[in-house]
Formats: sequence, C-alpha cells, structure tokens
Amino acid sequence: MQNSVIRYLDQTAESFPNKAAVIDKDGSITFRELRDNGRKIGKAISGKLGCSKKPVFVYLPKSVKMISAFMGILYSGNFYTPTDVSFPFEKVKGILDALKPALILTDEKHAETLKEHGVEAELLLNIDSVETENPGPLYLEKTIDTDIAYILFTSGSTGVPKGVIISHRSIIDYIDWAKKCYDISEKNIIGNQAPFYFDNSTLDIYLMLSCGATLHIIPEHYYSFPAKLMDYVREKQINTIFWVPSVFINVANSDVLSRMDCQCLKTILFAGEVMPNKHLNYWRKYIPDALYSNLYGPTEITVDCTYYIVDREFSDDEPLPIGVPCPNTDVMVLDHGELVTEPDKVGELCVRGTSLALGYWNNPEKTREVFIQNPLNHLYEEKIYCTGDLVHYNQRGEIMYDGRRDFQIKHMGYRIELGEIETAALGLEGIQDTCVIYDAMKKEIILVYVGDESVNANSFRAELVKKIPKYMVPTVYHRLQKFPYNDNGKIDRKALMKKYTNV
Amino acid sequence: MEEIYKILKDLRPEFDFTESEDFVEDGFLDSFDIISLVSTIEEKFNVKIDGLDVVPENFCSAEAIIALIRKSGGTI
Repeated sequence: MQNSVIRYLDQTAESFPNKAAVIDKDGSITFRELRDNGRKIGKAISGKLGCSKKPVFVYLPKSVKMISAFMGILYSGNFYTPTDVSFPFEKVKGILDALKPALILTDEKHAETLKEHGVEAELLLNIDSVETENPGPLYLEKTIDTDIAYILFTSGSTGVPKGVIISHRSIIDYIDWAKKCYDISEKNIIGNQAPFYFDNSTLDIYLMLSCGATLHIIPEHYYSFPAKLMDYVREKQINTIFWVPSVFINVANSDVLSRMDCQCLKTILFAGEVMPNKHLNYWRKYIPDALYSNLYGPTEITVDCTYYIVDREFSDDEPLPIGVPCPNTDVMVLDHGELVTEPDKVGELCVRGTSLALGYWNNPEKTREVFIQNPLNHLYEEKIYCTGDLVHYNQRGEIMYDGRRDFQIKHMGYRIELGEIETAALGLEGIQDTCVIYDAMKKEIILVYVGDESVNANSFRAELVKKIPKYMVPTVYHRLQKFPYNDNGKIDRKALMKKYTNV
Repeated sequence: MEEIYKILKDLRPEFDFTESEDFVEDGFLDSFDIISLVSTIEEKFNVKIDGLDVVPENFCSAEAIIALIRKSGGTI
C-alpha cells in the first residue's frame, strides 16, 4: 500500500532512470537525478529540522529546481507550500504569517529578498548548497497516507489567505484515477501551464511522477503570445495539456490553429473556470482527433471531483456539462439539506470522499463553515465539503454548472444565475468574453464584455431577448479592452464590482 | 514614436518604457497587456493584426511595434 506520493518517484526512477522527467527553459532533469537530488535535499532538511510533519515553504521561481525542492521536502517526511516569487511581498507575508513554516527552501538571490523583508536567516535553507549541511535521516517510513503532502493557499473573502491541507491519500486516489481515465503512460509529454501554487499543477506534476511522463514547464510569457505558445507545443511534440479556459480562448481569438499544425495534441483537459463552447468548437475544428475533457473542482477537493469527456456536438451558446463524479468520490446536490435527484432542479454541489482536504490550516472556524456534517447521515460523524457552486442534472444525468452560489441573484422577484446571462451574451457575433455583475443597490444587471466596437447596448438587447427572459437582460453595458484577472488567471469579479457598482 | 509610448504608458503607467531595451524580457507587458495592446493598436490605426504576428519580437520595443503596424497596413 502506498503511504506517500514520493513512492511514485522511487518507482519511476527505477523504471525510467535516464528519461527526462522535467524540462524548463534552462535545462532538464532525469527521473534518477530527481530522486537523488530529492533525497539529498530531504536529508539536509531533516538534518536542519530534526523532525517530520512540519510545513516547509518554497520560495523559488517556477523551475526544475522547484520540483526538486518539493521532492526533497516529501522525502524528509515534511510537507510543502509553494508560492510565486513575483507576488507582491505583502501577499507572501500573509502566507508566511498564516503558515508559520519550520523552514524556507530558497536560493541565494531569493534568500536576500526574504531577509530584506525581515525573515529570520535561521529559517532559510539554500537549495544550491545543501551538501554542506549536516544530513539527517529520511522519515519516510513514518509517513502514513493521511499525513499532509502540501498546503496550497487560496485567497480568503476577508483578505486573509486560507491554507488548504491536502493529504497523500487524496493525491494518490486522484492521480490513480486520472492515469486510468486518460490513459497516461511514459509516452505522454505534458505541457504545464498552471502555476505550482494552483491546484491544477497537481495533475501535471504527479502524472509525470507516477507514469514516467515528461513534464515541460512552458515559459510563462509564452502565454501572452498564442502563436509562440502553440509553436512551442508543436516543437516539443507536447501531447497532453491541462490549461485554464482563458488560454484556450486566447488561442482561439488569435486564430492560430487554422495555420499551425498542432495535431500532436492528443489529450486536452481544462478546468478552473467555464469553458465556452464557442471557443472549444474552434479547437475541435482544427484538432479533431484529440480527446477533450472538462474537469471541475475547487482546491478543497484536491483538484477535480467531476469530469466530462466531450462526446457530442454543441452549438456555440450551449453550456458544456461538468459531467459525472470521479470514481471513489460522491457528489451530492443539496437544496436546503435535501438531496436533489430530479433533472433541472438547482442545488449546491457538495462532495464526500478521500479527495476532501483535511481542512484549512490553523483556521478551525472557516473549516467548520464549509466542511460540515453530512446532513443525510445522522448516525456517525462524516464530513462533506460544500463548494458554494450551484449545479443541476440535465436530462442525460450529467451535472451542469450554473454558477457560484454568490453569483445567484434575485431580481424583480426572479432567481437569476449571472452565468446564464454570460453564456447567452457570449453566443453573440463579435463577442469574445463576458462577465455579468449585479448592483444590488441600484437593482441593475451589468454586462461587462470584451468584443467588437460595433456591438452596443441596443444590439445586445435586441439579441439577448431572443435567448433569455426579458427580466434577465442586462440594463447597463460596459465594453473593456481586457478583463482584470486574479492570480489564477480567472476574471477578477471583485475588481469589476468595485469599478461599476456601489456594492 | 511618441504615440506608441503614450499607449504603453496608458496601459502600464508604473513603467518607464523609454528606459527599457526589451519590454517583454523586462516583464513590462504581461499576457493580458499584450491582448489589450493588440486591440488598442487595431482600433487606433485601423489595422487587423494577424494572430501569427503576435510574437515577442514584434512587441519588444516601440520601433518593433511601429514596424508591426506598418506591416499590418497602417500608417504611422
């Protein structure tokens, strides 16, 4: 029985010792080197900490070295928290304050930044000079699968970041499923987009480790240049991607695929926000033979808890299902504590299973708020996670995403999902992206959009009344050159609310 | 040239573009700035920039951006 995710590396280092594991813009590392490096770093960490099961913060640029750092921390029996060195230090400080790491793994350059901001030098371990440290033992045997593997910080509504605690078991169950479901092997070449502090990267990193696949860390600025990005994919013969829909939309809007052969792509996965069929249809037209899959899940359930393998045609303005629960995961659609089973009835998506996070780090109140007792079980303690996402079953029994619970509004007595208006507006000619917000003070539905100048409020109204009830048609329209995005690459709704409403 | 610097300044007021030798390398323009810059240029100079021309080399300097506008049929 597998007690730690690091066992994946032990195995692949034996099976594929000389195969490239991770490649970045500066070089690459083989599976054997990654294991040996990881063990060396692991011994240095335990030499310094003298214990296991402690949080270790990783303050390094996204690179091969960062993966080595994760491996070292896992080999030492401790757990990691990654961040982005380009974050404003205020944000990093918020995470450090909440995490209170036992150690910070960094390099010389970034150690200086940390010291400049008042981080104590005794906390720092330079990953480039671990050999000079006193080596300690690896506590691997003492790890059990319910121990923590990593903590990822997400932004909290109050501004204090929340550390989502993920166990080895959650990752192992998720990865074992993904491997089978998408038929991943050592032949897969994965093109990584997700930052390592974003849960989507778990799929990239641990599929690489468990299957002996090769992981390309695609240089971040390539995402600004769709032609460059897809050229990179073609040149490196990347066949597997798991990106956020914004990237797919950007590539589609630049019409790169019609003039570039990217048939090397065979497995195309996406999650993190709604994928509009308008843009997915573009991809399907030019790369028709690939498998496309829409995944869904918040960080609190490891990565994903439902998936849908695209198996039929969709019109541009139809929504895409989020599908069915991943195996060994139970998805419950609840409405006021009652199970919803009939089609078209909306409820909150709640999850049960090993994918559930262990809670929020050092935040019992917030944990109690969303990891609650299963309301259908009165016999023993059983936690479920309430996602705050509203869904319904369609007539085929597939789960359809309706939007955030907090994106649901009551307007003129009607219950309205803002996502529904967005999807309808997105189906209009000349519209690239949409976001609908609600000014509860003025009782106005506001449509913010990126698209052609020729589209105006009048043409919107004329077209939208054909698609949605009149009470849902927005009253105010704002055209933007681009949307503000948050750190995860999703549209920053809060910024739009601040700009256009009094709420 | 001044016109281009003005567009860039409107986009990212915190940077001094005249001091940079490579806007992309220096991290002055992120992915969403590029998208925004492309649409501003298209509108202002009444051109259509080909998706395949959206590459770092065409956005690294004011001169490169001017060359791109001309290549796309615009006058500047």
